Amino acid sequence: MEFFDRFAVPHPSPLIYASMVAIGLTVIAIFLGITYFKKWGYLWREWLTTVDHKRIGIMYIISALLMLFRGGADAVMMRLQTSVPDNAFLDAQHYNEVFTTHGVVMIFFMAMAFVIGLMNFVVPLQIGARDVAFPRLNAISFWLYFAGAMLFNISFVVGGSPDAGWTNYYPLASTDFSTSVGINYYNWALQISGIGTLMTGINFIVTILKMRAPGMKLMKMPMFTWSSLITNIIIVFAFPVLTIALLMGTFDRQFGTNFFTSVNGGMDMMWANLFWVWGHPEVYILILPAFGIYSEIISTFSSRNLYGYKSMVGSMAIISLLSFLVWVHHFFTMGHGALTNSIFSITTMAIAVPTGIKIFNWLLTMWKGKIRFTVPMLYSVAFIPLFTIGGVTGVMLAMASADYQYHNTMFLVAHFHNVIIPGVVFAMLAGLTYWWPKMFGFMLNEKIGKWAFWNLAIGFCLAFFPMYITGLDGQARRMYTYSEATGFGPLNMLSFAGAAIMAIGFALIVYNVYYSFRHAPRNVGDDPWDARTLEWATHNPVPHYNFAVTPQVNSSQALWDSKKHGYQLFKHDLTEIHMPNNSGAPIILAGLFFIFGFSFVFFIWPGVIVSGIAILACLAYRSFEKDDGYHIPVKEIKETEEKFGGAKK
Amino acid sequence: MKELFPLKQVNGFVFSLLLTIIALSVYFLDMSFELGMTILLVTAFIQATVQLVVFMHAGESEDKRSIYTSTLYGIIIALFTVFGSLLAMVWGYL
Repeated sequence: MEFFDRFAVPHPSPLIYASMVAIGLTVIAIFLGITYFKKWGYLWREWLTTVDHKRIGIMYIISALLMLFRGGADAVMMRLQTSVPDNAFLDAQHYNEVFTTHGVVMIFFMAMAFVIGLMNFVVPLQIGARDVAFPRLNAISFWLYFAGAMLFNISFVVGGSPDAGWTNYYPLASTDFSTSVGINYYNWALQISGIGTLMTGINFIVTILKMRAPGMKLMKMPMFTWSSLITNIIIVFAFPVLTIALLMGTFDRQFGTNFFTSVNGGMDMMWANLFWVWGHPEVYILILPAFGIYSEIISTFSSRNLYGYKSMVGSMAIISLLSFLVWVHHFFTMGHGALTNSIFSITTMAIAVPTGIKIFNWLLTMWKGKIRFTVPMLYSVAFIPLFTIGGVTGVMLAMASADYQYHNTMFLVAHFHNVIIPGVVFAMLAGLTYWWPKMFGFMLNEKIGKWAFWNLAIGFCLAFFPMYITGLDGQARRMYTYSEATGFGPLNMLSFAGAAIMAIGFALIVYNVYYSFRHAPRNVGDDPWDARTLEWATHNPVPHYNFAVTPQVNSSQALWDSKKHGYQLFKHDLTEIHMPNNSGAPIILAGLFFIFGFSFVFFIWPGVIVSGIAILACLAYRSFEKDDGYHIPVKEIKETEEKFGGAKK
Repeated sequence: MKELFPLKQVNGFVFSLLLTIIALSVYFLDMSFELGMTILLVTAFIQATVQLVVFMHAGESEDKRSIYTSTLYGIIIALFTVFGSLLAMVWGYL
């Protein structure tokens, strides 16, 4: 019995017991459902073992949406708790756990997964490739992310959630102040999914540099591909810092070292330093692909080529460098002198310049364009003013002396939600709607989509703008309740109303998927949006080999040239196609990593040793495995092309 | 004969041995901490460059430029991170 005691939740409540029951029932229902409909074989062959970048992308996006609802439920709980003064819906400990998991889930398991999912689906298609450079590695990346996400998500029913904030500052996160296994979960879940992300970074850099269609010079790549390239470069340089910082934290908590302690030569703020050395580039890892998506959408729906292509690329390159030079602005109030703060203040403000250039480029792309207000375009148009407000408050926060007033207040919370929601979340929803027909062969309903958009946009303004005011009035971040005398009550109630409206918006998106799946016409053609880039030049939905004939590219909008100027994309005859084989190794490896992480969290050393040896055995097996993929003969390609509606010209 | 003999690599090998001996001298000779660290840092960076260029053939392929650019970018970011952290954690309080 003693063995099982450690898995008990240290701070239970009826809500957590209810979640346990719900999780148990859902898992049973899923297993029974799959067994009843005899889908195990299909699932294993077509999805769990796939190395196809499109399917991996879709799995990333499904996981991201699940995590969006998990993190969204946390958000609504927080807004509900603070909606009236002295509320007793959540106690302090639960509130701590909820805001911690909200942050971690939204950044690592929602936004990152969504960004990487769209990259996975779109980038190889945009550059005319058959898959990514290392398809097997790509599958491992996904399954490691998934193992990390699941490990993190079981924390609140097995052993207790982390509760030191998503920034996890020491000494609060040390064993002195966080005695439950929560922070161990944080360390291991992020470690495992972080390894996956790092591999994705390498994979996509190689893919974009080496696998572009003939004729596509670097400066002829579509903007989303450019933003993905730069994002992945940032990933490769930033993520090792997180890996090491998490490892040092793990050593502190589980082996009694003194990296982040305040005694024995440890330096507790070193965690904050390393966390933000990774953390600031991380926000650009999220926002640059969003910029790429907006560039594609705005150019498509304005029926104009992207204004200032070179300055777009240049400003992203400058942002990627500057993103590594600003991290100290996250702890201006730590107590270092004016010189240090001034240096980082100036680098921070400097980032506003290339970002501003991009804003003007989007505006000038729309200038005199024939704008079609579709759902993706609505998100993009709303993004420009809302993101600019977030950017301007960011420059306010960048002033070190003024930051002493804003630091850790709701003003900061309003600022970063103001850039992340209209920046990243809107971009992901816009991108999902835009590339949806490419993924599934039908379009999402525009009317329901517009309703969802307006709910999200209005809900966002109502939820977060009041926080700027309460923040300036002194409402601290992460405070689980407040007295009536503070006067924060009405504005917090308004915030809750906004959060509720946003929840309706997300529910409408789910309904839209259901509705469109049932009712949308399937004959949408290969290019339903009249788009400009290469991913729309193949069939809809995409055959597993992407392009029957490798396209020849002459500009950054090759498809537009072929539609309007008679440029011929597919010049060669059909030849055999070489494709990679599916493999069960990635999901098995990730399962072992899950066991490894779980055992490590709870100090179950036999589990750690056995799964560790098994992981190494998997790697050794892979080193000696001979798998050269397979070839699709010309006859089979012809048949498939016929089935998809004839060969492309 | 000249094409067959890897003169560059042999020279590089001798040079890297020399660098190792200089670095080892820090242990065997009696010198101040500052001087010792300076010698170690300088020889370490030269050593890394020799390995990269001579033995890992960094400059011999078509994508020579992108290899050197990304290496330089990595070094710049590493230096910024190290010195920025020193500034934030140690020097900023002086």
